[in-house]
Amino acid sequence: MVFIAWRDLRFAKGRFALLGGVIALMTLMVVLLTGLTAGLGAASVSAVTALPADHLAFQRPAEGQDIAFATSALPATAVAELAGRPGVESAHGLGVSTGRLDIGGGTAAVTLIGTDPSLYPEREDGTSPGPGEAAVTADLAEAHDLAPGARLSLGGRNITVTEIVAETSFNHLPVVYLPLPTWQETTRTDGVTAVALTGDPGSTPQTLTVTREDAYAAVGGYSSEQGSLTLMRGLLLGVSVLIVGAFFTVWTMQRSQDLAVVRAIGGSRGYLLRDALGQALAVLVIGSATGGAAAAGLGALASRAVPFVLDAQTVGVPVAAMVAVGLLGAAACVRRTTTVDPLTALGAAR
Amino acid sequence: MTLTMTGVRLTYPDGDRRLTALDDVDMTVGPGELVAVTGPSGSGKSSLLAVAGTLVTAEAGTVTVDGVDVSSLGQKGRDRLRRERVGFVFQQANLLASLTALDQLLLVAHVTGANRETARTRACELLDYVGLSAKSGKRPHELSGGERQRIAVARALMGSPAVLLVDEPTSALDAERGHAVVALLRDITRERRTATVLVTHDLRHLDLADRALAMRDGRLEQFAATTAR
Repeated sequence: MVFIAWRDLRFAKGRFALLGGVIALMTLMVVLLTGLTAGLGAASVSAVTALPADHLAFQRPAEGQDIAFATSALPATAVAELAGRPGVESAHGLGVSTGRLDIGGGTAAVTLIGTDPSLYPEREDGTSPGPGEAAVTADLAEAHDLAPGARLSLGGRNITVTEIVAETSFNHLPVVYLPLPTWQETTRTDGVTAVALTGDPGSTPQTLTVTREDAYAAVGGYSSEQGSLTLMRGLLLGVSVLIVGAFFTVWTMQRSQDLAVVRAIGGSRGYLLRDALGQALAVLVIGSATGGAAAAGLGALASRAVPFVLDAQTVGVPVAAMVAVGLLGAAACVRRTTTVDPLTALGAAR
Repeated sequence: MTLTMTGVRLTYPDGDRRLTALDDVDMTVGPGELVAVTGPSGSGKSSLLAVAGTLVTAEAGTVTVDGVDVSSLGQKGRDRLRRERVGFVFQQANLLASLTALDQLLLVAHVTGANRETARTRACELLDYVGLSAKSGKRPHELSGGERQRIAVARALMGSPAVLLVDEPTSALDAERGHAVVALLRDITRERRTATVLVTHDLRHLDLADRALAMRDGRLEQFAATTAR
């Protein structure tokens, strides 16, 4: 299939190794950024992701403003009002605030989520909390050696831990889950932040209902954080296209005489194009796979210290994207193999 | 006749005018015939090969290669004609740097889609024929100028061409090696019944040809000793 390409790869090992190395480094950076983006995203919104609800209703923001957990405040009556609307299967008040946790001699910043225990993440130990009790996430429990029955202080109020739930976080803070009345007492409010819904009630004059995924944007800093990291990944992919394109432009120009000879002996334009694209694909696959493997190894180490998601999606998708965009860059450049004039093989023809 | 050119005309743009490369050229070459074409630089020798080998389309006249009128062919048809019926030997050999001597020949088979084992057998036979079977694994930079040119000759024969077009094959060789290459071409022409056109500057090779023609300002004429001066 790629007769000349394969032999070129072996003959010009140094040049192709250099390009493959650059592609591997670019892939390494893209995969690491992807894992970090996913990790930071999870650290920001995994508590929202874990909610068994498909919509959230917020206080309708003022004109020109966006919904935000930090600013949304609904009266308790909004829960019953939304629950009574057609299409709604269940509605639960949701209180979200930041709190300070005092445990023994230490303190920790946490996100307090007050809602019905049926909305908590999967239980790992203990029983559902009642009034004056709390569930803590597994990572928080591990960090502070908490178990069911442990006592802690939230804003000066003594709370008993009765349940350990699966790890979640909100706005990069571990979560303490409270029954809604306990949350309201702790935060000295009688309202809620939002309403978690199954079914779609539509919006009301006082509320704005969005899907659970759209509600991620209501977490402070989530959109800008994800946007910045995604922009960086996009720029890296763009730079990769330029690097691959520049290499194959020069490479094609350097071997234009060879290409003219192949055309003169009857090689078709398609033959040359297939050969050149096959060569680019081989370099891209080898370089990207190497970079992806290195990034997976580094990511496994990094995940012990920073929020980093290492799975098939955060490694496979950027590696595939690198191959795809690299091939686009190469295709734009090796296209000129089809314009080589076989007459130039006869050097003295003009 | 295997190669026939009748009333062929070809011009190239040269600033705001056109330069006549071929002017009403007539030529016929039969199977097993070696025709040498000589003439000064810029007289149109390589243009003659380019038109005969379908690398360029003549503006006027007809060109027939192994019974096929090339004016009736499109781009793909001309590509196929070159693959199946024309062999080129270029000036400076024009071998691909990354390919071994054997690969240079196998490339032709790959382009034509020939059976791999059959092609390998034929390539080895041809390398043996040009006396380079021991160098089959060498790349061009590991071969001498004469060896490179013999590989180029073997490559041109790989597709069993009816027409062999040879462009200044001895320009980079010393007299002895140059003469050996032309002698090889003569033998090939006889044994494989190709219609061979040999473009050369070197008048010493003309005595190996069946006929000698001279190009002057795009016109083709019988060679006479005075023509070359």
